[in-house]
Order: sequence, then C-alpha cells, then structure tokens
Amino acid sequence: MAIKLETPPNPTINASSYSIQLRNMAAIGTVTLFATMLLVTFLAPFAYGFITAFKDREQIVRSADGPILPMDPEKFTYEGRELDVFQVPVGDETLSLALLQPGRQESVFVNPDNPDELITWEGSWRTLNPSWVLAPRWGNFERAWNGINFPLLLRNTLVIAVLGMIGTLVSSVLVAYAFARFPIPWKNFLFLVLIGTIILPRQVTLVPTYAFFAAIGWTGTWLPLIVPHFFANAYNVFLFRQYFLSLPKDLDEAAMIDGANPFQILIYVIVPQSWPVIVAVGLFHFVFAWNDYFEPLIYLLGRPNLQPISVGIQQFNFIYDQQPHLIQATALLGLILPVFVFFLAQRFFMRGVVITGVEK
Amino acid sequence: MATSQRIQAHAPPATTTTARKTNAMLRQRRLWGWLFLSPWIFGFFAFTIIPMGASLVFSFTDFFLLRPDEVAFVGLRNYRRLFTDPLVAQSLRATIMFSLIALPLAIALPVGLAALLNSELLIGKRFFRTLFYMPYMVPVVSAVYIWGGMLNTNSGWINRFMREFLGFQGPNWLFDTVWIYPALNIIGLWGIGNAMLITLATMQGVPTALYEAARVDGAGPWKRFTNITLPMISPVIFYNLVLSVIGLFRYFEIPFILKQGSGDPGGATMFFNIHLYKTAFSFQDMGYGSTLAWLLFIMAGACTLVLFASARYWVYYAGGDD
Repeated sequence: MAIKLETPPNPTINASSYSIQLRNMAAIGTVTLFATMLLVTFLAPFAYGFITAFKDREQIVRSADGPILPMDPEKFTYEGRELDVFQVPVGDETLSLALLQPGRQESVFVNPDNPDELITWEGSWRTLNPSWVLAPRWGNFERAWNGINFPLLLRNTLVIAVLGMIGTLVSSVLVAYAFARFPIPWKNFLFLVLIGTIILPRQVTLVPTYAFFAAIGWTGTWLPLIVPHFFANAYNVFLFRQYFLSLPKDLDEAAMIDGANPFQILIYVIVPQSWPVIVAVGLFHFVFAWNDYFEPLIYLLGRPNLQPISVGIQQFNFIYDQQPHLIQATALLGLILPVFVFFLAQRFFMRGVVITGVEK
Repeated sequence: MATSQRIQAHAPPATTTTARKTNAMLRQRRLWGWLFLSPWIFGFFAFTIIPMGASLVFSFTDFFLLRPDEVAFVGLRNYRRLFTDPLVAQSLRATIMFSLIALPLAIALPVGLAALLNSELLIGKRFFRTLFYMPYMVPVVSAVYIWGGMLNTNSGWINRFMREFLGFQGPNWLFDTVWIYPALNIIGLWGIGNAMLITLATMQGVPTALYEAARVDGAGPWKRFTNITLPMISPVIFYNLVLSVIGLFRYFEIPFILKQGSGDPGGATMFFNIHLYKTAFSFQDMGYGSTLAWLLFIMAGACTLVLFASARYWVYYAGGDD
C-alpha cells in the first residue's frame, strides 16, 4: 500500500515486495482469525441452546464436566445384567469393554462385539473413562411445541403483527408524505416534537392508557396492541420522510399538472418508487411485534388463548422452571421464524438500519 | 416535456388573478398537508399528550383500578412516599450498578466491532456483518433463556470454559448480587447489532482523502483511528449513547423474564420499571404508579438534557451547525 510507493526501483524489488506481501497476508490472516473467533463466541449460545434442547435433565446436570453432546453412558446387557461400558486401554489401542467383575487390582471385562471373550485387565477400573453413546431426546421439541401450543401462539402473533404492520405502514407513509412534500406551518417544530417522542419513556403514558383501555373494555383483547399503530410511529415516519425527500420532485409535478390530486400522487408516484423502504419498515414492524413483550403482558393478562409467542413462552417456562431442556427448546421455537425472515430479507433490514442511523 | 410544463407552472405571477390563484393553491396544499398529518396529530394527543397529563393528575390521587369510584386527591402524599419507599432507592441503585457496565459497553463495543468489520485486513466482510447483526433478530424472551443457560453456574458453557481452559470456578452469575450485573449485560449483548451497523455505515462514510492525507503525514493506523475516525464518527457515538441512556430508563424485559419480576438475588434486579409494573399492574395502584412514572420521566429528561448539553464539547459535526 503506502509502503509500496516508497519502494525504490532497484533489483531487490521482487524480494522486498514479496516480503511485504507475506506480511500483509499474515496480518489479514490474524485479523480474520480474530474475527472468526469472536463470531464463534458470539454465536456459541445458539449451539448451546440447540444441544441442550436435545438433552434430558440428567444429561444437563452431567454436562458440567461430562460430554457436551446429549449422550448417555453406554450399557451392555450380558446374561440378563446391565453392565457399564468403559474405555479400556489394551495394548496400543483403546477398546469399549463392559465391566463384568470390578476389582481393585484387576477387573474382568466382556467384549460387547464378541460376548464369549472375557478380558482380564490389570489396574483400577475406577480410573477408566466411561464410554458414551449419542442419545438425543427427540421428543423434547414435540413436548415444547405442544406445551406452548405453538400453532395458537403463531396465529395470535401473526394476527397482531400483520394488522399492526398495515396500520403503521399506512399511517406512517401518510404522515411522512405530509412532512416531506407539504407547506405546513411550523413543520420543523412539529417534526422535532415527533422525533422527541422517541426519547419519551413509554411508562409515562402507560398507566392512563391502560386505565382508558380498561374503561372501554379493550383489555383482554388484541385492540390495544393493534389500534395505536394506526397513528404513526416516529421511527417509521423518520425513515419514510428521509426516503421521500431523496425522491426527485419532477415526477410529482408532472403528475400534478396532469391533474392528479396529492393522494393520487402518493399512490401512483411516491409509493411505487418506495418499495425498498416500505418492505424494510414492514419487516421491522414484524420483528418488533414478534419480540414485543411488555404490552401483551399487561393487556392480555389471564387470556392465554390470545397471548403472542413472547408472553406464551415466558408463561410456559414460568410454570416449568425446572426443565431447562424444554426452556431451550421453546426459546429456539421462538427465534426460528424471525431469524429465518432476516436471512431471507437481510438486504432490506441492513439498508433500513443504515437510513435511520446515518441520516441522524 | 415535463420540464417545459413546470416552467410554465412556476412562471412569476403576472397579474393579481394568478397571484390569488397561487395563494389558493398554497392554502389547498396546506389543507392536504394537515389531512395527511392528522393520524399523527390525533395519535400524539390520544396516546402521548392526554395520557401524560392524565398520569400527572393520577399522581396526586389514590386511584385504584379495582375501585374507580372512590378516587380522592391526596395532595403530595404519593410524592412523599417516593422518599420513604425502600424499593425506589433500591431500583435506582440497581440502575446505576447496571449502567456502570452498560454505558461504557454501549460506547466501546459498537465502535470496536465496526472498526473490525471495516478493516481492510478482514476477508468476508459481508459474511461477518450479517452474522454479527443476526442475533439482533432474536426475541428477547429467547435470548434471556438461551443466555441464562449459558451462564448457569454448573452446566453453562461460560463457567465450563473457565474451569477447563482457565482453571478456576466461574462466578455464580445469576444468583450473586454483584455478578448479576455483568450477567445482565452479557445477556444484552445480542442487542448490539443495530448500533454496530449504524456505526459501521458512518465509518464507511468518512472521506478517504482524510486518511490519505494522514498517511502522507506519516500517521500510523492507531493515530489515524484516534485522530480521524473517532472525531468523524463522534455523532454516531453520541447517538448510540443517547439511545442506551434512554434504554436504561426503559430497562425491564431482561431482568423481568430472567427473574420473573422477583427482584432476586436480594433485590439486585428490582429495576425501576419492575417496581413500577408491580405497583401499577400487579397491585393496580395507579396513583402511586403514575407518580413513579413521572419520576422516571423527569430523571430520563434530565439525563437526556445533560447529554445534549455535553454534546457540543465532544461531538464533532463535519457538516457545520445543523
């Protein structure tokens, strides 16, 4: 790079540029390796959750120092008796042998591959490592699925998410269009007020809002989780406004001269140019609704049939606190869909984030 | 075609009739503007202004949701109660203990990670960027349970790693009144994706000419980072800091799900919002709940103001004063 510029044109150039290249490659290797290790650490909990979800409680207790994978001690049935299988060093190799007669100095083992063969081994059998076999508990996911009633939670979450998504898209597009294109008095002040609501802790408005929804009989229904989204949200308005401002006005004006009213311009000119940001906001709302915990918790208290997935998983695990494998299985059921959607549509997500952040 | 028409449309008003016509058009466009703005205006009053006013009024009453007919004004009683309520002091202590780790992390981690992902020495940038962002999509309920397992004193991988590779027994993360705070921060790590991505995008926007100039002047990588990158991205560091301070005052889900709102161990996770939730919704004491909410609002507002006031001493806006 910069060093190359300073390299004088002399016969040693090949050797020196070679060593520079080598040094660069070493640096690239180090940085990439470091990033890989960091990433593995960062994502290790997924592996932990996945592996633990296939264990039973005994296997989890054992995982403090035993095998990491869901494994059971190997057993061998010999003449009606269940024998423990150990890793026994015989000569140069290690064999899996079943312990028949434990002894302090020497023990007698059976070879599970050839039960007629009895092997006497010298040494304390207590020093031997037990032999493990993979024994995943496949039924855990089924129990978790049925326990939380996944199809019902999925239905509830999707209804809440999709209706709220429609609400926030329609209202935020309208409001952002107003901010981006119309000569409203004190527009900048109003926009500042809108952005200011981001800073407001929602707890300040929560108590009276809850009391109000309770008074009109909306608590215990989905309405408090859906209807407020029909009145625009500061983040989304910001995102749409930023995008609309970047669209050239020529097309608007051409349509206006052709006699289109502002609403028609929005539908036929602005919206068709804005699909990337509309998809991004829609996806963000989906993830938000999937993740939202606090408001469903208070508004749907005591209505387990209406609860979305976040509350459903927590309530289930509150009851089954002592079953860590089911906790992990439900946690994985809870994250699989948003993560899947993210991988399908990651470009939209990444772009949306960058618009909100950088323009600030 | 369109251009010529536009020139006509914007032609200077020659007569008073056209001027009147332009005025009428402006008025009409204003009306359209208000119409499009109306969902937010309505929502702002219905879900922000009126509830805020109402909660201020509630805070001077003994409003219980279960017996709404017997509401009476009690003056400053709820506010006096703040000073004698041991849970208020405890929750403030919990917030401060938590923020001692959370705020430095909120500043350093996105910058460090973004610098790594922006390094010209890294191969597969897109791959790393996507995967470091991905856990941001994990619902907080799932993240709490998965990390809760990771942090288990005996069977969790973190303590197992410490035992096997570092040779000592790790702490009792989730049941120790001090270690719970690093544990909560670790559980929150998966939420870093957003801040990281915004910081990275800002970093990529720093003009390369600045780096070239510094290189010519003989500045090494570290100098270039501290003297060019950091000042140029200070607005986004500020933005991350503001968001995490706001997050502190909203902090609820992680400790609530982890400890079912019990505040264990020893009240260490009795954060302000958990206390508020229990007061207002478990005990339905809406009067005192509103008082707590207003205290929270005042504290959050004060902190945000202090932050914004401090910004001009350390945040550099390349675009001038806007």
